[in-house]
Amino acid sequence: MSEIQNTTNHADLAEVFNNDEARVDWHDETLWWIRSKRDVAVNKISNWEVLRETASQIKHNVLSNLNNYLQQFEGNAIANGIIVHWAADATEHNQIVLSILRKHSIGQMVKSKSMLTEECHLNDFLEVNGINVIDSDLGERIVQLAKEMPSHIVLPCIHKKKEEIGELFHQHLGTPAGNADPQFLTETARQHLRDTFLTRRAALTGVNFAIAETGEFVVCTNEGNADMGAHLADVHIASMGIEKIIPERKHLGVFLRLLTRSATGQPITTYSSHFKRPNKGKEMHIIIVDNGRSIQLGREDFRNSLKCIRCGACMNTCPVYRRSGGHSYHNAISGPIGSILAPNLDMEKYADLPFASTLCGSCTNVCPVKIDIHQQLYKWRQVIVKNGYVPAAKTASMKIMDWTLSSPTAYHTAGKAGRLVLKYAPFMVNNKLNPWYKHRDMPEPPKESFGEWYKKNRK
Amino acid sequence: MKVGLFIPCYVDQFYPGAAIACLQLLEKLGVDVVYPKNQTCCGQPMANSGFEHLTGGCNDLFIKNFSEFDYVVGPSGSCVLHLKEHLHNNDNPEIATTLSNKLYEFTSFLTDVLKVKSLPARFPHKVGVHQSCHGQRGLHLSQMTELVAPEFSKPGSLLNMVKDIELVHLNRKDECCGFGGTFCVAEEAVSSKMGKDRVEDHLHNGAEYITGVDMSCLMHMEGILHRQGSKVKVLHIAEILNGE
Amino acid sequence: MTSREKILSAVKTNQPELATLPDVDFLLQEDIDVPEKFIASLTTIGGQVIMVEDHDAIKAFIAENFKHPSRKITTVSELVDVAEYIEDNSANPHSLENVDYAIIQADLAIAENGAIWVSEDKIRTRVLPFITQHLAVIVRREDIVPTMHQAYNKIGSNDYGFATFIAGPSKTADIEQSLVLGAHGARSMTVFLIN
Repeated sequence: MSEIQNTTNHADLAEVFNNDEARVDWHDETLWWIRSKRDVAVNKISNWEVLRETASQIKHNVLSNLNNYLQQFEGNAIANGIIVHWAADATEHNQIVLSILRKHSIGQMVKSKSMLTEECHLNDFLEVNGINVIDSDLGERIVQLAKEMPSHIVLPCIHKKKEEIGELFHQHLGTPAGNADPQFLTETARQHLRDTFLTRRAALTGVNFAIAETGEFVVCTNEGNADMGAHLADVHIASMGIEKIIPERKHLGVFLRLLTRSATGQPITTYSSHFKRPNKGKEMHIIIVDNGRSIQLGREDFRNSLKCIRCGACMNTCPVYRRSGGHSYHNAISGPIGSILAPNLDMEKYADLPFASTLCGSCTNVCPVKIDIHQQLYKWRQVIVKNGYVPAAKTASMKIMDWTLSSPTAYHTAGKAGRLVLKYAPFMVNNKLNPWYKHRDMPEPPKESFGEWYKKNRK
Repeated sequence: MKVGLFIPCYVDQFYPGAAIACLQLLEKLGVDVVYPKNQTCCGQPMANSGFEHLTGGCNDLFIKNFSEFDYVVGPSGSCVLHLKEHLHNNDNPEIATTLSNKLYEFTSFLTDVLKVKSLPARFPHKVGVHQSCHGQRGLHLSQMTELVAPEFSKPGSLLNMVKDIELVHLNRKDECCGFGGTFCVAEEAVSSKMGKDRVEDHLHNGAEYITGVDMSCLMHMEGILHRQGSKVKVLHIAEILNGE
Repeated sequence: MTSREKILSAVKTNQPELATLPDVDFLLQEDIDVPEKFIASLTTIGGQVIMVEDHDAIKAFIAENFKHPSRKITTVSELVDVAEYIEDNSANPHSLENVDYAIIQADLAIAENGAIWVSEDKIRTRVLPFITQHLAVIVRREDIVPTMHQAYNKIGSNDYGFATFIAGPSKTADIEQSLVLGAHGARSMTVFLIN
């Protein structure tokens, strides 16, 4: 699978996306429709805000006691007959998967949706090592055929039009050219993947929730692909980040009520499967992955990002995401939540992401676990600047601005001299060719400022 | 009651009419208002760009200009929110906290402190209300569509006191306009697309004027309206509330 | 140091001060008209509800409606004369690849979202409700609870190797958000609601 080259940043990628305005409108409307469905669903739950607060507090407790919960989960899972592995980073995670497959001489694996394996670039790694991987979630399968990354954590191919998907299926699965009917294409994928499910001896799934109290884990899908893969294979591997822990089974009641209503506006996913013990004669593995999460846990301002349950609501509501597309974030997890997670992994590479926001705050309001996403975007900006990951020209212009705005004399001089040049105006900072003018006119300069008017007309 | 009028830099320089309307309406309502002439900027443009550490000068100046007042009122949800969240003084933390507690966005000062029940204004036009994000989601000037909570709107309740005004329904009542400070140039493509879409919602629903509590959002939308040759105008809410 | 030790030690060092776990039992007090809401919820998500008096009525429905040349499997002993009966978990999951109808009994059902809960002892072979082309589930009226909170309250600390909530037919909207029923799991879900 090819990865998006980080030769550019969010603004540049977003500009390319915006070259096709009709497509931007389509993308925006599609995601807004999901946001609207979410609104309808959550408004049916009278104590929705209480649920969000409760979920947030449960997750806060999890983060504060994670060390113990992880060990409790591990102990119970082992007692249940599950084999537990620990991976400090993506490389180790991928090696563990490979070693399990090699031990069983398995060369082909079916995989259901797991954003963690996207984060670890597992597919690329396994392909290089001669393992064939087929993604079974329809959207994931489509982006896999297109050799792209998912552009959304819940809706992997939301950026693709049905005609493009029809063409992919024509090329790869032999469907008639020009057939772009979603019903037909889904049926084709069903037949194609049914064969895959029946012939793969290993299945990898993600984990939505891992329960410390019982050592079981829950996987949620609408398609049934995780279950089809896991129950038909000899070996089930489940990959989870350390933050997927919840304390007790009854807490699932809170999270399962929130998750899908936030994600798609459905009351619950079609399947919420609880895996506690391997079937007899079969193996069940859990890989517990850190990959930077314990570092994020130590960042006081950013640790709440680990509460995320991957519903994607912040993407659907984000006016920037809707008009820039998931790929413009050049990271496995896109959108607002991706923008606060990614700088923890590589501050330089993802220095642009916290700036890809107007700080409108809608993300924070839809978040089912009340992560203060837009506040964290603001805080990441401060951290990124302090660490020197901004262009020198921007720093210089900010210093001039500071000097102008800290001194009433300088401010008034600049104002008088430059109401036409507007040297100090926020939108002129970092100005090369003044991008404002491309689609917008400047305000008409008034004869006098308010300060000047006030001097003449009062006192 | 002595009120300090805080006029954000871009309002001072480009939209004196909005500032004059604020001043005049407060005076009409019997408030003793003073405009300290040495004010400049709240520091938000730098802070939102990641340079909050450079805003010390702005903070000190703001404290110097406004500490003496019983209340400080500004016609911008965004600048007020920035100060409420970030105004600080390392030598005297309390002076900053006290000041930010008596700092009010213009419409909420009218509804919450003055408890205005009627206004002598008339505005016989179709008006679209832009919910500026920082005022709405930051200062809770009106209910947010994301939450399951009762409806309310401080600016809306004031506009409803205006005679003959017709507020238009919007398809997306609280979507961001895409201004976002330096975002509007750093992310030019997305920013202007957001602005175009927001303007289109108002136009589609028949607005003759677009109003709101933040001149920066209105300036953004005005830039787009003007470029499109539209006759639709933007007005700060104070200009409508202070009308006739 | 193993990765396990490294991770646990980093977590211990970096985790914040212990915060209390909130009570969730207060969420058990939700008062809704349970069976009506269940029917509405399941219908909305693409399932259908058939009201029946007893197992004979179910048999009659199956004879009338599931009659195409088909393989029917049941895990419900009362239906042994209308479908192949699986009584334990010895079946090879692959042997179920050509099942057209599976009829199972739910442990409980949830009004707020139309989901039914089945644990392994009710489905015998884990893959059964997923691999079957069509799923039928028997729900007793008294087993319907208002919300997920009451569901987990009832499930309590029951032991199971595998259990799942199933809410409607398998579905996807991955292609341009067009809802298509019958992704990889069952194409339809029928609930027999016994009074």
